[in-house]
Amino acid sequence: MASLYERLGGEPAVDAAVDIFYRKVLSDDRISSFFDDVDMAAQAAKQKGFLTMVFGGPNNYTGKDMREGHKHLVERGLNDSHVDAVIENLGATLKELGVADADIQEVADIANSVRDDVLNR
Amino acid sequence: MTQLKYKGEVFDVSSGHSVLDTLLEHGQEIPNSCRAGACQSCLMQVTKGSVPEQAQKGLKDSHKAKGLFLACSCQPEEDIDICLPDSGLLRIPAVVSQKEKISSDVIILKIKMTEPFEYYAGQYVTLWRDEHIGRSYSLARQPQSDGSLVFHIRLIPGGKFSSWVNEELNVGDSIFVQGPAGDCFYTQGSPEQNLLLVGTGTGLAPLYGIMQDALQSGHTGEVHLFHGALTFSGLYLHDKLASLEQEYANFYYHPCALNVNENTPDNVIEGDISKSVLDIIPKPHGWKSFLCGDQELVAKLRKQIFLAGCDMKDIYADAFLHA
Repeated sequence: MASLYERLGGEPAVDAAVDIFYRKVLSDDRISSFFDDVDMAAQAAKQKGFLTMVFGGPNNYTGKDMREGHKHLVERGLNDSHVDAVIENLGATLKELGVADADIQEVADIANSVRDDVLNR
Repeated sequence: MTQLKYKGEVFDVSSGHSVLDTLLEHGQEIPNSCRAGACQSCLMQVTKGSVPEQAQKGLKDSHKAKGLFLACSCQPEEDIDICLPDSGLLRIPAVVSQKEKISSDVIILKIKMTEPFEYYAGQYVTLWRDEHIGRSYSLARQPQSDGSLVFHIRLIPGGKFSSWVNEELNVGDSIFVQGPAGDCFYTQGSPEQNLLLVGTGTGLAPLYGIMQDALQSGHTGEVHLFHGALTFSGLYLHDKLASLEQEYANFYYHPCALNVNENTPDNVIEGDISKSVLDIIPKPHGWKSFLCGDQELVAKLRKQIFLAGCDMKDIYADAFLHA
């Protein structure tokens, strides 16, 4: 059976998802303020890395990167509710792209697997 | 801690400090301007050891191969020996051919290169008045057969470069050009794509070049140019742009001023330029956008037009940094 990443469509699927996902995140009042002072072009590259990972694709994310990358946000109050919002936007993005519910769940599970690292717990 | 050797002296580089920070802190004179990895004024050359990839970002391959790097973006991971590169390697002499003060704070400067120089309108170069003082300016016109380049120089009160241009530089004088750099320029291949050009102040310079490049290449999509200033007097190419609007059916000029009075022409839109852009182009989906000028405005507009539907890959931005 094809891997999750293959079923989702590989890199072209990630490219299609990046703008939709990032637009949802920036428009979501629950979490948009965390992105106020980031360089958008650099952030888009990071979103692509993140989506590749949760799509089950090749990546070199480590728990340490996740911790360091979000430490300053945890200090600003990043918590479980914000991670939930991100995963919700991720699901809505995939739904919009016509991805099956079972695959969306699998993506959400991967995203959840890094929750503790993101929140520095 | 790593160490760097420059002019026979050894300096300790503290964690989080760049090569440029370190040398300036120790009173060394190193040319520099934006300190953000954009202008390439602080190019140095490594003669022993190697520098992180980040320090060579955006440089030409031939320069990378010679060990050139940006001192402001270099936090060395090993001990290195460095020197200033021979300026002849990087800077091309030019001669001032025309200088016109077009408004109270903008000079249009035309210079003629002494050797062939390839670039795209909208990219930028660093202009040097001498060995140490240089500033980055956008190329406001496509390459010309006579080798001339055009710049819009904003006069900054007390500015080391712009005041010199205003008060001391004359037609026939020499000036030195380094570059070009930047990816804010017109590319052929999608003549039907609509273009959104937004700039404030002399952010108009690259856009003016890009716009002319597009129209003269036979672009068929709509080309919308928004130029913003505090008052009408800052819209320094108003008449020229208004007449181009008459000449090209697919070119739209939208002058915007934060403050207007009874003497301001009727076609000038009053208020915040980013609001005016979205009022007129509410859905830039499928458009290519170029944003130039004030850093805060560029960041704000980039976000707003992305949220309004413009793809990230189709947004080119050139935020003007002040030295």
